[in-house]
Amino acid sequence: MLKKTLDKNTVPVLDVRNLEAVYQMDEGVVRAVNDVSFTIAEGETMGLVGETGAGKTTTAFSILRLLPERTGRIPRGEIFYKGENLLKKTPDEMRIIRGSCISMIFQDPMTALNPILTVGDQILESLEIHNIENKTKKELESRVDELMTLVGISPARKNEYPHQFSGGMKQRIVIAIALACEPLLLIADEPTTALDVTIQAQVLVLMEELKGRLGTSMIMISHDLGVVAKTCDSVAIMYAGEIVEYGTAKDIFEGKVHHPYTLGLFQAIPRLDEDTLRLRPINGLMPDPSDLPSGCKFHPRCVDCMDECRDGKPYPYNQNGHRILCNLLQREKRV
Amino acid sequence: MSMLRTVNLKKYFKIGKNRFLHAVDGVNVEIDAGSTLGVVGESGCGKSTMGRLVMGLLPATSGEIFYDGVDILRCTKAELAERRRKMQIIFQDPYSSLNPRMSVFELISEPLVMNRACANKKEQLARVIELMEIVGLAGRFINSYPHEMDGGRRQRIGVARAIALRPEFIVCDEPVSALDVSIQAQILNLLMDMQDEMKLTYMFITHDLSVVKHISDEIMVMYLGQCVERARSKELFKNPLHPYTQALLSAIPQPVLGKLRHDKLLRGEVTDPIDPEPGCRFAKRCNVMKPECIEHDIALQDVGSGHFVACVLCGG
Repeated sequence: MLKKTLDKNTVPVLDVRNLEAVYQMDEGVVRAVNDVSFTIAEGETMGLVGETGAGKTTTAFSILRLLPERTGRIPRGEIFYKGENLLKKTPDEMRIIRGSCISMIFQDPMTALNPILTVGDQILESLEIHNIENKTKKELESRVDELMTLVGISPARKNEYPHQFSGGMKQRIVIAIALACEPLLLIADEPTTALDVTIQAQVLVLMEELKGRLGTSMIMISHDLGVVAKTCDSVAIMYAGEIVEYGTAKDIFEGKVHHPYTLGLFQAIPRLDEDTLRLRPINGLMPDPSDLPSGCKFHPRCVDCMDECRDGKPYPYNQNGHRILCNLLQREKRV
Repeated sequence: MSMLRTVNLKKYFKIGKNRFLHAVDGVNVEIDAGSTLGVVGESGCGKSTMGRLVMGLLPATSGEIFYDGVDILRCTKAELAERRRKMQIIFQDPYSSLNPRMSVFELISEPLVMNRACANKKEQLARVIELMEIVGLAGRFINSYPHEMDGGRRQRIGVARAIALRPEFIVCDEPVSALDVSIQAQILNLLMDMQDEMKLTYMFITHDLSVVKHISDEIMVMYLGQCVERARSKELFKNPLHPYTQALLSAIPQPVLGKLRHDKLLRGEVTDPIDPEPGCRFAKRCNVMKPECIEHDIALQDVGSGHFVACVLCGG
């Protein structure tokens, strides 16, 4: 069993190094995650931003070792959870880690819950599975009440079924299940995408509060730069399976140098606080992950594409931890 | 001259014995030719029902819909058929709104064939190719099926179908919600370019305030089947008056560093408008509710320069 307490700041909660994940399909190999590295410190929230097919969810599933058994593989890389390599764990060991040390909030609360179990039973389930202190059923039941109160739902409703709750309430229950065993790391996969804005605001504020209280680290997977700006300490921008830009939230939202894709994302969204006459979309489409372009993966869509971008790895810019994969920044350096 | 005008439009759905869900409850809209009315609100506020009513896809419970001055709920069938060609709709989900067994050619031809818009096969093919060009679909996709295409391209098929009969008025029901941001921008630009070139009139239904601000001339905010505020786009964002509009605006996270504000957070959630009690439907979630809010219904009032609000705190 892994220790639940952390040796102060010596080891990051999560340290992902050169992670690659592929899906073996009939048509060929789909390279969903390519050479991804990042670390998450205690209490830190990292935003993982990208569009459909960027590899955000595959990264999350790799960490939890939830890739589909028949097709998913991790050919290269290491994932250290508090210094221990998760890729070397047996399935039984992983089952203990999932839920108690690392847990996940899924995108769609409508399908994440079991429709034929009461919400109370579903929260109880994860407590029972990870009941290492051999608590009595009564003690666990009182913990269920505590968790429901924590996420703002009256414990009197624990005998109701998921369909009796609204979307926002269901997501609160999913959060209660994820936090039941007080994990050190929470992976939230688009936790508010299926919710209305006023409910999204409620859920985000709740997550922020709970994170502060429990000291949980978090990976916030989102396509919404607004949500990321309000919740994250660091941000990784993913494109075609690679982290093309990584830095503190300040680097990403207020910094001067960026990856062209990051700039494209910012220019493509209409803003409430300024007037845009015409949106500037990113030309073209996300590449097919089974047939990725050579060189910089973004070069076919990039407005500043140069000859050297078509082959070889793009220049790895790094300034105090603000990492960008782009040849443009190499040119700037030479000048 | 307004292209579309509704008067006290209502749609009640019967749910069980003598219980009614007031999906749209007395909405008056007016859309000028060549302009865009944005309809915003959260799920369950009746915005999609509104779009379907205007299109005649759902029969209204009561009220009037004037299209080009003709009441389309009470005109003859022939008159209606004439009008229907001028009105089209683009649906939200390009994954479920296209028949998976039809190719792009068949999908775009369908409205042309149904309305006998083309004299012969040659003309039909030429028109399909022309439409594909307008919406930015490469010609090589003409024999492809929807499942072979990504969301952005599928939505372009939906747009091509909608403009095939050269309509004047298009209801866009969340046309970009299912798309990624970079693709969303492409479709929004396409819709705005088409409006300029073909002098189209849009009713743009969405839950996304940033999108609606970008595309609309006038905006209507709906809450539980009623219009709570209506104003020119600029005016609404500069000077939101209804507490619900204010809460909605402050709930949207902007891509600027900072924390979400706790003080403006709305309590509770949208309820079902089943046989609602008189008074403001927003009162239960409102931070500034007064006793008179729940005494009687609150009408939309003009607070000057085309800005209408239904709130006792404003001008009442």
